[in-house]
Amino acid sequence: METGHTEFPSGNILASAPDISLKAYLHIFNGTEWQHNISVHFTFVSLFSLFFAVPESCMLILLGLVLGAVVLIASKKQPYQLDPGLFFLFLLPTIVGDAGYFMPARLFFDNLGAILLYAVVGTLWNAFCTGFCLYGVKMAGVIVNAGLMDFLLFGALISAVDPVAVLAVFEEVHVNETLFIIVFGESLVNDAVTVVLYKVYISFVEVGPGNVHTADYFKGIASFLIVSIGGTLVGLIFAVILAFVTRFTKKVRIIEPLFVFLLVYLAYLTAELFSLSAILSMTFCGIGCKKYVEANISQKSRTTVKYTMKTLASIAETIIFIFLGISAVDKSKWAWDTGLVVSTLIFILVFRAMGVVGQTWFLNWFRLVPLDKIDQVVMSYGGLRGAVAFALVVLLDKEQVKAKDYFVATTIVVVFFTVMFQGLTIKPLVKWLKVPRSTNRKPTINEEIHERAFDHILTAVEDIAGLNGYHHWRDKWEQFDKNYLSKLLLRKSVYHKSELWEAYQKINIRDAISVIDQGGNVLTSARLSLPSMASRTSFPEVTNVTNYLRENGSGVCLDLQVIDTVPGAKIEEELETHHVLAGNLYKPRRRYQSHYSRHFMTVGEKERQDREVFQRNMRNRLESFKSTRYKRHKKDRSQKKRKGSDAKEQDTNDKPRRNVSWQDKAVVPVAPEEDKHDPSEPDKDDDVGITFVARKAPETPKERPKSAALDVCQSPVAAPPSPTCGEKNLPWKSGVGSLPPCVSVEATKIIPIDLQQAWNQSISSLESLASPPAPPEPQHPRVSALSRLGGPLRTPAKGKSSGSGGAGSGSNTGSPSSGQFKFPTGKEEEEEGALSQQQQEMQPLMSSLRPPPPPPPPPAAQSAGKRRNPCVYLRSLVTVPPSGAEPQSRRPTQL
Amino acid sequence: KKLNISHSQITRLYSRFHSLDKGENGALSREDFQRIPELAINPLGDRIINAFFPEGEDQVNFRGFMRTLAHFRPVEDNEKNKDLTSGEPLNSRTNKLHFAFQLYDLDRDDKISRDELLQVLRMMVGVNISDEQLGSIADRTIQEADTNGDMCISFSEFTKVLEKVDVEQKMSIRFLH
Repeated sequence: METGHTEFPSGNILASAPDISLKAYLHIFNGTEWQHNISVHFTFVSLFSLFFAVPESCMLILLGLVLGAVVLIASKKQPYQLDPGLFFLFLLPTIVGDAGYFMPARLFFDNLGAILLYAVVGTLWNAFCTGFCLYGVKMAGVIVNAGLMDFLLFGALISAVDPVAVLAVFEEVHVNETLFIIVFGESLVNDAVTVVLYKVYISFVEVGPGNVHTADYFKGIASFLIVSIGGTLVGLIFAVILAFVTRFTKKVRIIEPLFVFLLVYLAYLTAELFSLSAILSMTFCGIGCKKYVEANISQKSRTTVKYTMKTLASIAETIIFIFLGISAVDKSKWAWDTGLVVSTLIFILVFRAMGVVGQTWFLNWFRLVPLDKIDQVVMSYGGLRGAVAFALVVLLDKEQVKAKDYFVATTIVVVFFTVMFQGLTIKPLVKWLKVPRSTNRKPTINEEIHERAFDHILTAVEDIAGLNGYHHWRDKWEQFDKNYLSKLLLRKSVYHKSELWEAYQKINIRDAISVIDQGGNVLTSARLSLPSMASRTSFPEVTNVTNYLRENGSGVCLDLQVIDTVPGAKIEEELETHHVLAGNLYKPRRRYQSHYSRHFMTVGEKERQDREVFQRNMRNRLESFKSTRYKRHKKDRSQKKRKGSDAKEQDTNDKPRRNVSWQDKAVVPVAPEEDKHDPSEPDKDDDVGITFVARKAPETPKERPKSAALDVCQSPVAAPPSPTCGEKNLPWKSGVGSLPPCVSVEATKIIPIDLQQAWNQSISSLESLASPPAPPEPQHPRVSALSRLGGPLRTPAKGKSSGSGGAGSGSNTGSPSSGQFKFPTGKEEEEEGALSQQQQEMQPLMSSLRPPPPPPPPPAAQSAGKRRNPCVYLRSLVTVPPSGAEPQSRRPTQL
Repeated sequence: KKLNISHSQITRLYSRFHSLDKGENGALSREDFQRIPELAINPLGDRIINAFFPEGEDQVNFRGFMRTLAHFRPVEDNEKNKDLTSGEPLNSRTNKLHFAFQLYDLDRDDKISRDELLQVLRMMVGVNISDEQLGSIADRTIQEADTNGDMCISFSEFTKVLEKVDVEQKMSIRFLH
């Protein structure tokens, strides 16, 4: 055996060796007190060095065997065994919790059909066939005498594929992920079947086979449904609770990981309490909560959860395998029956293979990627049995199941055979069969881009062909998640934060680390202009990377350093590009629920994406539409111009009305306001124009393309972060007469948000302060000033776009929003000279809005925005650079 | 038909074709496609619609509709061997790739230039990414793929770059057989 092991080359000899021995030591020191004999340690270590090339699980079982033997020799009896209580209460949940929480959800649900089929039908098939065949063999008189129920019970517990063993073995084999998820998913989900069969048979055995009625079989089937569905539901309920709890842990970050462990474990315990499938419950709790929890908790908590779970799981795994080995040595607990052992081994292998082939044949009718013969071989061969079976068989009551000792011995042999022999040989087998492996190769930029294009293409073709299969329902779920679940379970900040921002921050940190790692010489000027920098400029308080790191603590940094091992400059750059792409590319509709990433989410982002894409597509279409059908209208441009001015007028009329809606009164002042403006624009008397415009103004997004679409498509640079900003720009760029309506519409959209509050405040304070005795009088000029605001603020804008439109296009990428800020404030001051004194004294907010008009407006607007709400603040941040350049462009038009 | 699509599937797609055909003239126009709501939020929607139309035409009949869709039929085992004898079926790897390639290649010169790549990238990417960044990505993409130094991606280079990708799987939809 030993020589056999050493022949198998193992990729990570050096890595695994210290790992194993360390774990062994851990156990020797921690778990048990019978290790007073130092020499024993040396034995293990030297033994380990012989077994470097063997999978860890085999090693551990062998170690357990040796330990057990030593103890047995030393003390003449074996006091230690894998205790089922301990196993089911502590060891198994840690492994299952880890598995569930880090389960790649997308992959799991993509293959859910196959997993369920194998788990339910496959396990039932194995259980019944093994049970009946063993009974048949017994009838032939070859093996130990036991009842049919006993054999069926044994068949049930021996037939389930074991998650612990599968994880331990498959993690080292690295088969492709589809294969892995099918076998692994099956091993988790079949727990429900095992639990039900086991319990049903136990109860049958208890009452005696003679007293079982037909109704009891149906009860058995019903209890299967209850156990599996109930377990899943319990898990999902706890997932919701957990996600909801983590939403409110902002002030107590330190207990976030605790909540995660506690509630996931509680899901297990609760299900166990109600005799539901605990493994199912825990798995689904992990899968369900992960997305929300990861988005809610802090980066450090994420790291803590990750490493703690992994560590606990591998400790539990180690303990399980060692104790399996130790338990095997205890001769008093088992009785040998060669016939039973051999026939059981043969049956489970044969039926597993038959089951897999049959089910795969059925599945392949429905699968896009059929499972071929090689996959089937690996799946059959990978059906490992493990500690769950052992714990269950130990739990049997010897009074009722007379053949328990034989079953224990057989189970031990089966487990050892599958874990050791199959576990050892599966790797060479996989190599020999050339099973596609999972690769750690990071996709190149080209693959990254093109594969996303493929996804978009597929989605579109599916939509065109009108196929609503899996993706259709997935889409429905996404919708539900977006509209209700995420809103309920995610922090507000996370819900609104963009995925992009996170990605940027990540890259930022990465950059910083590389700077620090390599003495700050790495970042050439070329790289400084890369994406990461963009985030840095828009990062308000943080002036440089080091500060940022200092503020955020070095924990993050350390963690990342661990993960990225000494990146070379080129790899670093590739990573960066990868992240930029990953963070910024539009997701295909069906890919929203991406699996596996540690944080993301932000449904708002998705919505926004949809809107963006939608608008862009519409723009393009309208453009082509226009170019094909509206060429003849070119001549009418002058007419259009007039219409444009009409549009303006329409808008000015519109604007005061809006103001009116803020102030419930002030119907009277509006009229004079309109009067004032009408004379200022003499050439707007066409009736035709007005009707046209009235339709036009509300449809800003569609209108835009008419003149600006070309700009947008060909120089997308200008397209700024938010669609509203984009809309703001466009009209300015193209100085065609028909555009001002857009501008004004935008203005009405933007200004009120920012200024409304201030105005309202100032007015209310005015009312309370200056004019308790005569309410109507002060209001009158005030409101008229307000309503005038709407007017004048557009008049100059209009004048500029039509007058110096072409010239302004270059420098004018700037934000009308800040420009608009200025105008209102300026006008306000002029017209309210009388009132301004009082206001300035009483109204700090207003005063901030009203510094001397020409130079300071941008800062003023900014500070005002800052005070009000973060959104506005952000927007003003974004638009700050343009607003710096803005006075220049504005000057000439005003003069 | 020679496209190897089963009868039931053809019937299904034919009814879909009819429900899309608002003009009731037995052919689909661009507007018919644009009426599909999901396509409006697909970044590459318009390009894909264009791929349905033969050059210079703005109507596509059912035959053409099926021809395009046939690109996405999964490759079956027994077909892999047949490829050599009976010419290239529409759902071969090459044709699948070519379909994707055409989406990039606007001017149909069998090369993806930097501009063409940039356009597609801009479509697929949010507005939050600057042109500069996008440009550097495009440069990198071309450099990576370009073997003959003409700063364009030809179809053979495109195929080569994606040779490790399971195109047969990633460009297939499970049509009912």
